[in-house]
Amino acid sequence: MKRLFALTAAAALCAPAATFASESVQAEIDNADQWVLQTGDYKNQRYSQLDQINKENVGDLQVSWTFSTGVLRGHEGSPLVVGDTMYVHTPFPNIVYALDLADEGRIIWKYEPKQDPSVIPVMCCDTVNRGVAYADGKIFLHQADTKVVALDAQSGEVLWEAQNGDPSIGETNTATVLPVNDKIIVGISGGEFGVRGSVTAYDMNSGEQVWRAYSMGPDSDTLIDPENTTHLGKPVGPDSGTNTWEGDQWKIGGGTTWGWYSYDAEENLVYYGTGNPSTWNPAQRPGDNRWSMTIMARDADTGMAKWLYQMTPHDEWDYDGINEMILTEQEVDGEMRKLLTHFDRNGLAYTMDRVSGELLVAEKYDPAVNWTTGVDMDPASETYGRPAVVAEYSTEHNGEDVNSTGICPAALGTKDQQPAAYSPQTELMYVPTNHVCMDYEPFRVSYTAGQPYVGATLSMYPAPDSHGGMGNFIAWDNTSGEIKWSIPEQFSVWSGALATAGGVVFYGTLEGYLKAVDAETGDELYKFKTPSGIIGNVMTYSHGGKQYVGILSGVGGWAGIGLAAGLTNPNDGLGAVGGYAALSDYTALGGQLTVFALPD
Amino acid sequence: MTLSATRFHGILAVVLMSLPATAQEIDNLTAAYSEDGRYFTEDDVPTYNVAEDGTVDWMTYSGFRRYHSECHVCHGPEGEGSSYAPALKKSAIDMDYYDFVDVVTNGRQKVNAAEHSVMPAFGENPNVMCYLDDIYVYLKARGADVVPRGRPGKKEGKSDVIREDENACLEG
Repeated sequence: MKRLFALTAAAALCAPAATFASESVQAEIDNADQWVLQTGDYKNQRYSQLDQINKENVGDLQVSWTFSTGVLRGHEGSPLVVGDTMYVHTPFPNIVYALDLADEGRIIWKYEPKQDPSVIPVMCCDTVNRGVAYADGKIFLHQADTKVVALDAQSGEVLWEAQNGDPSIGETNTATVLPVNDKIIVGISGGEFGVRGSVTAYDMNSGEQVWRAYSMGPDSDTLIDPENTTHLGKPVGPDSGTNTWEGDQWKIGGGTTWGWYSYDAEENLVYYGTGNPSTWNPAQRPGDNRWSMTIMARDADTGMAKWLYQMTPHDEWDYDGINEMILTEQEVDGEMRKLLTHFDRNGLAYTMDRVSGELLVAEKYDPAVNWTTGVDMDPASETYGRPAVVAEYSTEHNGEDVNSTGICPAALGTKDQQPAAYSPQTELMYVPTNHVCMDYEPFRVSYTAGQPYVGATLSMYPAPDSHGGMGNFIAWDNTSGEIKWSIPEQFSVWSGALATAGGVVFYGTLEGYLKAVDAETGDELYKFKTPSGIIGNVMTYSHGGKQYVGILSGVGGWAGIGLAAGLTNPNDGLGAVGGYAALSDYTALGGQLTVFALPD
Repeated sequence: MTLSATRFHGILAVVLMSLPATAQEIDNLTAAYSEDGRYFTEDDVPTYNVAEDGTVDWMTYSGFRRYHSECHVCHGPEGEGSSYAPALKKSAIDMDYYDFVDVVTNGRQKVNAAEHSVMPAFGENPNVMCYLDDIYVYLKARGADVVPRGRPGKKEGKSDVIREDENACLEG
């Protein structure tokens, strides 16, 4: 402890008076040879200016080199590349490797934190980790046990550590962090354990906590200003984080923050979404359960909320709102707007004005979505911005101990965290999706700290009356709210996409294929089967004048849990049971980085 | 452990040959008697009961629900196992009932260079402990392949005793 304190003090003393690391991070992002954030850039576009690999030659792609991570679990996220160094992370125990790209990938340093394995079973749905971030000569790791660690990027030495949560009450982490200004923005997981979600900013140089904003609770906890924080243009009023809850339920209210974060430097706003209210039994938490299931825009330096939009008031299906917020500048009705696009688990894609929080588009991005007939887009209406819920698929309406059948999408959403990409060339979003429906039966559960707090039985199956597969990879026009093209996939697409200036879009599949498709048409241009299923995100970098594409393989996560044995449709009758593909027939556990390049 | 192994062989014989257990074998599956809607083997171990028309006992049906609330986020649907945790439909058959109860109550860890496998202790979780027998008999029925994947169709009603015991357990 003493040593840590000394290090912290030293770091604080060495730091220049006002460091604005995001400027230096932006400069690093602007160097297209590198990949310094998990999201590619602050806008979460996952777009690269590199065009050496293009739609004409991508068919010639070859494996250039590989690296085994030594861990056999779900591998989410991607490596980073900063200068001559690649940083590769693993699932629990969250090892970080620094590899020397100038010396055939030699391991420069390896950091392996010591974590109590009792955190493993508290992590709902596998011990994934969505990777490290780089800023100011430091690598930032947010471990499974919620310890945030700053490592010296050169040496791997620990510069500071901060404990963000308490795993003994179910608080864990799977997300990456976002370095902004002189701060690190971090989230938390544990919605299935009754954790009250929060976002916390730590000082990048000292590790000291700067602010924390809870998803629900009194205004002092949520950092919501009753008069100046708006919801669809109107002030939210006092105690908005408690007055749509019954009693003290908000204290174990969920709304965790385990997704992706984006940042607009001009507005100095950080954007993210909050997860499901707990429990999954809606009857146990009457009210809208604000601010679960909400898109948040917060000031990066103070945490104060500028605007909010609750997508799914009073969730009845576990449609977490944590998916990425993609920031773009596009023309809408002849006017250039600063947009935010979000593909929600609930099956609706939202396009908003990210400065004002105005809702511009809310459309289904999978035609199978049936729990709602759509969002009320009339600003004069009392239900403005609310989705109209179809009674047949309302687990609240049907009640406790009743099995509501045929709800689309399933709890894992039309899309989960696997991030979409945006190409400014085509002005299209490329979206990995699930095409899975469910039966959902809520029932009463009691809360015990550190124990699962779920309260519903689920059965999932491929969307009926469709192509029989469990996924699609789609191109989406976010200003018109339309699907441009859709590629059916046998399994859910659980890999983050990458778009490049070469007119190519890359994504991975659960069978383990890395695929390259034409950004205009969706035509398949290349595929290669890696050693294990892909739930990681495709990245690209350039070294020595050569462009590379990297992807982590290692099946797992929700996909590996739900699909390993295949799905069955309980409503199909006995004859059809077992008729759907089992992931275990295609792939097994793994942990490998595969890097592709064109032949010399 | 020898006893468990003997039992294991006994069960295999029953399952594979589909023959009723002989007097010498310990049958861990077949219901010998029922009490207030619950079924037990000769050794008083909870078990499932599936009628000829496919009607399952309440505990098996209830186990389906509770399994898919508490267990399937790690162990996969219908006890089939996942990339994360083993197939419990096998464990329920392979393991002695009392060992099964012990692992659920107290947890178990297998942490070494090759695997990081940790079963948590559910001893203080009423949502699991009040339905432990339900989950156990459901998984045993899955392991014995007498209940197909998916939601059981026809089921026996919930007896008053089961309802009273459930309420007492959840409130206790």
